[in-house]
Amino acid sequence: MSTAPAVQAAINPVEPFLRSDRMPHIWCPGCGIGTTVNCFSRALVDSKLDLDKVAIVSGIGCTGRVAGYLRLDSFHTTHGRAIPFATGLKLANPELTVVVYSGDGDLIAIGGNHFIHAARRNIDLKIICVNNFIYGMTGGQVAPTTPVGATATTTPYGCFERPFNLPFLAESSGAVYVARWTAFHVRHIARSMVEAFNKKGFSFIEIISPCPTLYQRRNKLGDGLDTMKLYKQKSVIKNGANTRDVDIAFGGEIIVGKFVDIERPTLHQTMDQQFRQVLKDRYAGLGGRG
Amino acid sequence: MKANPAGVLTGAHFLDGDQACCEGALAAGADFAAGYPITPSTEVVERFAARVPTVGGLFIQLEDELASSIAILGAAWAGKKVFTVTSGPGFSLMMEHIGLAAMTETPCVFVDVQRGGPSTGLPTLPGQADMMQARWGSHGDYAIIALCPNSPQECFDLMIDAFNLAEQYRVPVLFMMDECVGHMTEKVVIPSADAIEIYPRRFTSLPPAEYKPFKPSPDGVPEMVKAGDGYRFHITGLTHDEQGYPAMTWRAQEKLVRRLVEKVRKNADKIVRAEECDLEDAEVVVLAYGITSRVALRALQMARAEDIRAGLLRPIVVWPFPEKRLRELAERVKAFVVVEMNYGQMVYEVERCAGGKTKTVLVEHGGGTVHDPEQVLTVIREAAR
Repeated sequence: MSTAPAVQAAINPVEPFLRSDRMPHIWCPGCGIGTTVNCFSRALVDSKLDLDKVAIVSGIGCTGRVAGYLRLDSFHTTHGRAIPFATGLKLANPELTVVVYSGDGDLIAIGGNHFIHAARRNIDLKIICVNNFIYGMTGGQVAPTTPVGATATTTPYGCFERPFNLPFLAESSGAVYVARWTAFHVRHIARSMVEAFNKKGFSFIEIISPCPTLYQRRNKLGDGLDTMKLYKQKSVIKNGANTRDVDIAFGGEIIVGKFVDIERPTLHQTMDQQFRQVLKDRYAGLGGRG
Repeated sequence: MKANPAGVLTGAHFLDGDQACCEGALAAGADFAAGYPITPSTEVVERFAARVPTVGGLFIQLEDELASSIAILGAAWAGKKVFTVTSGPGFSLMMEHIGLAAMTETPCVFVDVQRGGPSTGLPTLPGQADMMQARWGSHGDYAIIALCPNSPQECFDLMIDAFNLAEQYRVPVLFMMDECVGHMTEKVVIPSADAIEIYPRRFTSLPPAEYKPFKPSPDGVPEMVKAGDGYRFHITGLTHDEQGYPAMTWRAQEKLVRRLVEKVRKNADKIVRAEECDLEDAEVVVLAYGITSRVALRALQMARAEDIRAGLLRPIVVWPFPEKRLRELAERVKAFVVVEMNYGQMVYEVERCAGGKTKTVLVEHGGGTVHDPEQVLTVIREAAR
């Protein structure tokens, strides 16, 4: 006679990182954002960071809602301005690990200027950009990442603008860590996130992610699962690839991998060093008087 | 609590309004500023950039006013006392984050050294045409506090008050200078640190499990925390509940936005401040603020020399407006004469307070220079008749 195994409460290992009192979340079935949040939670476990010292900042949009679901000090800011908010937060308290988690429209269209300047300064921020090639929250408009030929509600006859190649933009602006994965590459994403957490400086991870409700459906790419199969089939891992060569064409291959991992002094270091050198014992530090 | 002496440049100085404004911020304990260069306000942050590394804290010049106006909010949530400085077009760009600051109840000070507008307007010359924008410029309902200095000494003194009010009520405080006040140089006396009263941040003493970020104290203002202290709190520009979580209902909107408006409205008597001159027997009350109040004072002296019983009411806090006092005066004076460097802004407030009980006359001016006192005198004479 066998005894029934003791029933254990099913606890998702990432649950402690989530604000379960805010569930259910707003994301559609098949959306890739939740997958990235799962990876992020695993990365938090693996990195062994003190979670009281991790802050997350989002802008506006579907990915902009990530901050609200994570049990961290979290800030849901204005459209396009997550990076400058995070800049203030990080400069004011350098002990914090500050993660900016937002979408392609938020970070690269309306927030594009802040993105390049933050990379140029090499402020120590971890930028996670969920790129679904479209504006999801507002109903499927064209984005600066939409591939030529893909349709969106505001390009009903197909997109005719050249999109940004985000890893190339990040690297040429000054990022010290640049990686790209798709929502299919869950282990790679989590590993890259841990690497970014441990990196000092402007780190950028692009995650290509499905928007089944808008981008996939409008472009006849199937549902979330079909997209995972497509990502598996179309993606090619090329670590160290020249970011100049990682453009994404509509229906074309998706080059993924870790492209950049270099060392460069951070904004905080250069600022501190400059004052130390010039002001000598007149320098009172960046810490403030609070 | 008393000011930290590190930032207080005690002594008598010869400073322009922009420099005095910076010293006021430092004395108040400001240890973080972000900004983008724009005339005629830039001298404030130039001085701050030079001074702050020697007293503790930092300044960063960012890529635009959008970045500057939100970076300070990020720094405030890390525990800093923050401000940004701008003018004209930059002030327009900052509107969205004045709204975010109001919605998230982030203590901060926005300095606007007003120049002639609209658009690029008169970058190097004065204006006072941002007064309504200061109150209403961001979308939606909210309340702010705005102060209006009329001298470099007041640029110093009132900056301390601006920071104190921002901390006490957790609202963005708008510091409405003008190019004349910003660029005029006068004696500024900076007291010793122990003579400067500082309103400290309203940090909670509750443990994380009991703390709700937007649960108001009896005066309508919630207690604050900062990132990194283990509270794991959420802050959003969306309509939110006491926990800080998004709440997309009319009831949540009613509860939150009413409180945001009422924490200033209900405390207005404590916040309003105005200077009065010769009002006891006045038949004509001149209302003016900022640099224009000094021209109006000259006109007042000229009127008194002609035995016209004129007095001056100068709002120092312009928002909330000294409504109660004006309503009292409306009962017994012949006229309100509003002198402002625009084509009519605060005059609407005066007219509203007059309630038809006395007439309200505007002495308008498009900006670029100050009024001629003769022009004001002519209107006072007419009004006294």
